[in-house]
Amino acid sequence: MEAAARYVKDGADLRDTELRLGLPGSEAPEKPAVPSTRGGKRALQEDDDMESRGKSRPLEADSAEAPAAKAQIVGWPPIRSYRRNSFPPRKAEAEAAGLYVKVSMDGAPYLRKIDLKVYKGYKELKEAMENMFDCFTQGEVSRKDGCSSGSESAITYEDKDGDLMLVGDVPWEMFISSCRRLRILKGCEVRVLRTRQYS
Amino acid sequence: MTYFPEEVVEHIVDFLGSHRDRNAMSTVCTAWYQVERLSRRNVFVGNCYAIRPERVMARFPWMKSLSVKGKPHFADFNLVPYDWGGFAQPWIEAAARGCPGLEELRLKRMVVTDDDLELLARSFPNFKSLVLVSCEGFSTDGLAAIATYCRGLRELDLQENEVEDHGHQWLSCFPDSCTSLISLNFACLKGEVNANALERLVARCPDLRSLKLNRAISVESLNRILTRAPHLVDLGTGSMMLNHHTEAYHRLINTFLKCKSLRSLSGFCDASSCCLQAVYPVCMNLTALNLSYAPAIQGDDLIKLICLSVASACKDLQELRVFPSDIYGAGTAAVTEEGLVAISSGCPKLNSLLYFCYQMTNTALVTVAKNCPHFTRFRLCILDPGKPDPVTNQPLDEGFGAIVRSCKNLRRLSLSGLLTDKVFLYIGMHAEHLEMLSIAFAGDSDKGMVYVLNGCKNLRKLEIRDCPFGDDALLKDVTKYETMRSLWMSSCDVTLGGCRALAAKMPSLNVEIINESDEANEFQENFGDLHKVEKLYVYRTVGGGRTDAPDFVWIL
Repeated sequence: MEAAARYVKDGADLRDTELRLGLPGSEAPEKPAVPSTRGGKRALQEDDDMESRGKSRPLEADSAEAPAAKAQIVGWPPIRSYRRNSFPPRKAEAEAAGLYVKVSMDGAPYLRKIDLKVYKGYKELKEAMENMFDCFTQGEVSRKDGCSSGSESAITYEDKDGDLMLVGDVPWEMFISSCRRLRILKGCEVRVLRTRQYS
Repeated sequence: MTYFPEEVVEHIVDFLGSHRDRNAMSTVCTAWYQVERLSRRNVFVGNCYAIRPERVMARFPWMKSLSVKGKPHFADFNLVPYDWGGFAQPWIEAAARGCPGLEELRLKRMVVTDDDLELLARSFPNFKSLVLVSCEGFSTDGLAAIATYCRGLRELDLQENEVEDHGHQWLSCFPDSCTSLISLNFACLKGEVNANALERLVARCPDLRSLKLNRAISVESLNRILTRAPHLVDLGTGSMMLNHHTEAYHRLINTFLKCKSLRSLSGFCDASSCCLQAVYPVCMNLTALNLSYAPAIQGDDLIKLICLSVASACKDLQELRVFPSDIYGAGTAAVTEEGLVAISSGCPKLNSLLYFCYQMTNTALVTVAKNCPHFTRFRLCILDPGKPDPVTNQPLDEGFGAIVRSCKNLRRLSLSGLLTDKVFLYIGMHAEHLEMLSIAFAGDSDKGMVYVLNGCKNLRKLEIRDCPFGDDALLKDVTKYETMRSLWMSSCDVTLGGCRALAAKMPSLNVEIINESDEANEFQENFGDLHKVEKLYVYRTVGGGRTDAPDFVWIL
């Protein structure tokens, strides 16, 4: 069947029948020219969108094109926006966004931010935080009187309910989802914390 | 010629319910036209621009129920610009002047403002039922007006509307004297609702049978409500965030045990699997179950629930809708043709299907066609546009061909996947009763569209996007469009010249070009005939051109 045979052909043949702008004999553009282009001006402005917006010709449909391009077709898939909102966000976006939380250390003049998603577990997180605030730790030792060691610290976090929790009690995944900000307690407060733990 | 008394005709007309029968009857002669129009109680206007509201009111002065639809279907998928039209105002104003006895109003895909709702509330003393589907333009203030002024209101049904939240006071506006509510649906409201006011309202409306809550209603509140209204038939839960170790969970189960009349369940916002167990007591009696807003429910729990509710009644299943859980990629839980084949083999009575899937094969469709010959609505959406049969790499022409051959009563069809002109040949040949056809990313040439226009004698709505159909197809048989409600074509190959030709030949059609690009307004006159049209909407009308069209809509 003629129609069926067409799909076996190389995509280049379709270019002969494509509508596109350009003088006769000029080179076809690298991107597959999209028949849905409307008017010259729009084609230029929306060049980037052409691939994703265009009709997908049969061959391109099952090529290794990134699904991301397909997802940008206006009004496709035909699901009401009402329903789209109940779907979880695109994984790619969620991954790209990162999970940045503020990190404060008592006595440090400014806070930092870290991306929790970058770390695989508590050990890595603690190491990263120690490195981050290394410069401030040196100065701590001399200033606080009555505190045994300036390097003694406890990492705490503020959870969804606003409570101050000790880092390390819950599974890592649960921690990531509930941690809103991190706080490094230094010196005296840490001893108080430790005392309470054992009382 | 025997004289046929009018009284006899009047008596007979009372038995005619369907709009089509009545429309046909009214064309026989003037006398019958008069009898019919004075006795018509339910009026349905499928396209708000097909006729002027005043004419409708003048023709049917004793109308009790009016139903009007506005925007074309593809507006649901953001293909129609926000302020295209579909305003309810002229309809409500005309009805207020011409049909003060109106009792029911149903609007779909229209723009309704708070002022409109207030006018509605104040103009019809016998008003009983307001149903708004996929509308926008109003806020909870408008709802407050309805609640305040509509004495004797029986039904307030808000389905999937965009409603601006101006606070929760609206619900408290139902006076203490309001005891007539039978159906209340505010599931689409995003804001808080006064739970106390709601509970008191439910308590004083003994006839309440359908209640659909929004996300803001907690499980505790649901429990209290159900306790007061155990005779509910149709329930949409609010938030179902529930841990089955809690008191609330156990209370809820007990409450559901008392709801012996429940036949339809929906809602389940933010539901987790464990809360599903709370509804097991009512599962066996369900005739309708909507879990589409609970994407977090995992497969096993879903299967268990379905087995409990549907297992014995599976062979009676008539309508099924399967939405994608992940629209951006296949994921590991991709729905494929296997699911559809399995369902079709167990549910021979299936007549309405909406099925989103990752892939489909011709073999599967042929099997489904054989198993389920009773489809009246068959909507298949393969998420990847233009995707062929993954096993054979062929288009899905044969599969859909089997569907239209087997399902003799098919009225609505949505196509997807890789399709050539052949599928349209099959549709034209076999889909005799087809009324609505939705096409996307399909076909090879004008022939495809022509097959459909020539073959489907009962076609009413044709909507096409991203297909290679051009002027030749559009202009092949222009009188066909007078027999249809509307034609939509976007991102196809029709040109301005073709549209102008259509408009010139058919004055009874409104040919609307929707052109959203910024240049369009400046260079309107300069666009030549060869300029491709972005969006075309053609519909028959006796109302003449629209007077409310925005700048970007040109009516040729």
